[in-house]
Amino acid sequence: MKKLESTLPNMVIVLTTVALVSAGLLGLMQQLTKDPIALIEKQTLENGIKSVMLDGQDAQLSVANEEVIEKNIDGDNYTFTVYSASVDGKPIGRAVKTAVNGFSPDLTVLVGFDNDGNIKGYEILKHAETPGLGAKADSWFKKGQKGDIIGKNPGTNNLTVSKDGGEVDAITASTITSRAFLKAVNAEYKAIFDGAKSASQDAISGATKVSTPSDSTSVAPADSVAVQ
Amino acid sequence: MNKLQIIINGILKENPVFVLLLGMCPTLGTTTSALNGFGMGAATTVVLMCSNTVISLVKRLIPDMVRIPSFIVIIATFVTVLEMLMKAYVPSLYASLGLFIPLIVVNCIVLGRAESFAAKNSVSSSFCDGLGIGLGFTLALTLLGATREILGSGKLFGFSLWSEDYGILAFVLAPGAFIALAYLIVIVNKLTKKA
Repeated sequence: MKKLESTLPNMVIVLTTVALVSAGLLGLMQQLTKDPIALIEKQTLENGIKSVMLDGQDAQLSVANEEVIEKNIDGDNYTFTVYSASVDGKPIGRAVKTAVNGFSPDLTVLVGFDNDGNIKGYEILKHAETPGLGAKADSWFKKGQKGDIIGKNPGTNNLTVSKDGGEVDAITASTITSRAFLKAVNAEYKAIFDGAKSASQDAISGATKVSTPSDSTSVAPADSVAVQ
Repeated sequence: MNKLQIIINGILKENPVFVLLLGMCPTLGTTTSALNGFGMGAATTVVLMCSNTVISLVKRLIPDMVRIPSFIVIIATFVTVLEMLMKAYVPSLYASLGLFIPLIVVNCIVLGRAESFAAKNSVSSSFCDGLGIGLGFTLALTLLGATREILGSGKLFGFSLWSEDYGILAFVLAPGAFIALAYLIVIVNKLTKKA
């Protein structure tokens, strides 16, 4: 068969056909993979919530009350998704998801807080940080690791990197990722414990430190309801 | 040239990374670890085989003046299909490579082989060329990834060889990629010139 000549009608027909066939194929593939992709995203989120709220315990966790909060904190706009978790009908806390800019955009962090605002766990759901450097954030801040933040309370602990005067060791050579991660954690805390935050801060600066934990415990749940 | 020769040609004599120096962006960008390099190489191999075969099939139907846009659309279709499949069935690989998959579209190896080989040769030869070049690319990326992973973080395929504290940070970052690639090319040239 001879090769098609480069005449205008030929070129238009060929390009249109190529484009239409490709578009058809893509549409078909999109239909085929839509459900598995949605399922995987749902599973990742569910597993994430489970791991940040339960800390490895085996319990029946029910997640309810998904709500989206849009808020401006310290000059930045955030969109938070808040999941309320309960075991045997008893609320054990809430998991908050938000995205910040790390070294690359879209560092999505899910953090689990108990009813008092203590961090129960966290997961990085999505990131594009440098492998071997910023990507270490998925384990660096976990229990027993160098930058352990589990059990700390952003309202009473200063959760910033030690370079900025805080109490968390940044990931080696990845201060930008560490700052972004901690910014997300602090913002998420403020999103659900807004009033309690300022109250506990006053407690730190004004009153003695001993009274702070009990103060924040009593204030936090009440205020958080108001946020909802 | 028989089929086996075409495949070996792609791996050794016309290795896209070490000899042709094509596709440097994914080569330098994705090889932070041996596994990432291998994954990127494997994904590119699949696209190369598909695009080479299809382009060879339709080469007579495409007028010369519109061949480049047609090739690009065909390649982009395969890359997008691959991306959706990876996202649906191997999410862990997608999580580490996701950013770089769309870049395969503009990887000059794929378009280069379409233009210089598939548009002139039979379907089966083009398929073999895609496989050979793809394997050569995978081999090169895995080697480079392994070198950088060992020197940069003291690991190989995720297994710790020695403490991470002895790793040379530069090799995880971009400058290390250039240095490691240059030395690998020197070694490969030395070995192939002798033979």
